[in-house]
Amino acid sequence: MNKKTLKLVIIDYGAGNIKSIQFALKRLGVEALLSNKPTEILTADKIIFPGVGEASSAMNMLKKKGLDLLLPQLKQPVLGICLGMQLLCNHTEEGNTKGLGVFDVSIKRFSNQVKVPQMGWNTITNLKSKLFNGISENEYMYLVHSYYAENCKDAIALTQYSLVYASALQKNNFYGVQFHPEKSSLAGEKILKNFIEL
Amino acid sequence: MLTKRIIPCLDIKNGRTVKGVNFIDLKDAGDPVALAKLYAENGADELVFLDISATVEGRKTIFELVLQVAEQINIPFTVGGGITSIDDVAKLLKCGADKVSLNSSVIKRPDLINELAAKFGSQCIVVAIDAKLIDGQWMVHLAGGRIPTKWNLFHWAKEAENRGAGEILFTSMNNDGTKKGFANNALKKLSEELNIPIIASGGAGNPQHFIDAFQKGKADAALAASVFHFGEIDILDLKKELKKNNIEVRL
Repeated sequence: MNKKTLKLVIIDYGAGNIKSIQFALKRLGVEALLSNKPTEILTADKIIFPGVGEASSAMNMLKKKGLDLLLPQLKQPVLGICLGMQLLCNHTEEGNTKGLGVFDVSIKRFSNQVKVPQMGWNTITNLKSKLFNGISENEYMYLVHSYYAENCKDAIALTQYSLVYASALQKNNFYGVQFHPEKSSLAGEKILKNFIEL
Repeated sequence: MLTKRIIPCLDIKNGRTVKGVNFIDLKDAGDPVALAKLYAENGADELVFLDISATVEGRKTIFELVLQVAEQINIPFTVGGGITSIDDVAKLLKCGADKVSLNSSVIKRPDLINELAAKFGSQCIVVAIDAKLIDGQWMVHLAGGRIPTKWNLFHWAKEAENRGAGEILFTSMNNDGTKKGFANNALKKLSEELNIPIIASGGAGNPQHFIDAFQKGKADAALAASVFHFGEIDILDLKKELKKNNIEVRL
């Protein structure tokens, strides 16, 4: 896909470090549009759904803008990052929040047998998607999170932290990554590039 | 497996990188954006920018610097120094900082930790603690170690965790600038008493000090400045050395 004509929208609903994603895309030659307008989102070629912070308040912000109904209907490739990925799931224990139900999996909190949040670089394995073209097994990704998606049929990458969980998900046109590709050095940039080129 | 992190710290004054020996005598060690890029390419896992002039003087230039760093580097970074309000944090995160580090302002008003954690999430709230060992007690100090407080290090760290801090950056004032190693006993106690990551700071002089901070001090990350800035330790070489000692690192 031509990077100059690609319309990539980052959903701007008030939750998350959007600037870093925007800059990472810019380093790849893509000028992303920040928007929460349904018309812009519906006409985009690719959509990134970011999210940092607390689940129930992020979901409320999404609802306030009417995006909770729009998002699951999208037909173009959608990439949820971190909390964005978690909100695309059925339910999260964080604030006992109902999710958008795209991925058929629940989000649970890590047990206190490990430090919570998990913060730092961990490996991804069992890679199963075009999103990971050119990424080797056991590549390191940067993660910061207290809640995780259980291993499930939509899992396209696994990570171990006190247990094995799904660190990336895919169902049809929807992709989700628990890690931050925009902060994961060259390997992370490669994943963003793969998404752009899907 | 989750790896141990190596974090170069860039002390910033008027937009330039400086490093103090025991926080006094400042030496210029370069342009922060260029240095940040170099570290990111050379295996640093994260970066910390501390505006050390902040609590004493003004600090308006930091926002422009944060934007430039976010634009050019592809690893996470924390910004600290003189952050006193929710508004400061919102602005820094908006400029592209991943985490903010707070010190004096949360000692003066601990509720700020709760407010920030509720608004932005614990994952981006680092509580930095400078402590000095006095008569067998680790006492928390403010303003780069100049002002003592009533807080004991372990009590304050626990309080910060309970209020929603996502990480503790512990600097030993006794070790800082000495290049004789980190305060491993205090680190170990912190790491065992708290359930959030602990960053070791103050005292790095050679690779063995990092090995000790991870193995003896049970730290999750180790931070240093001058040994990296003046090229005394190369980060890639350091991480290879850690790996040789069975410490999990990203290589």
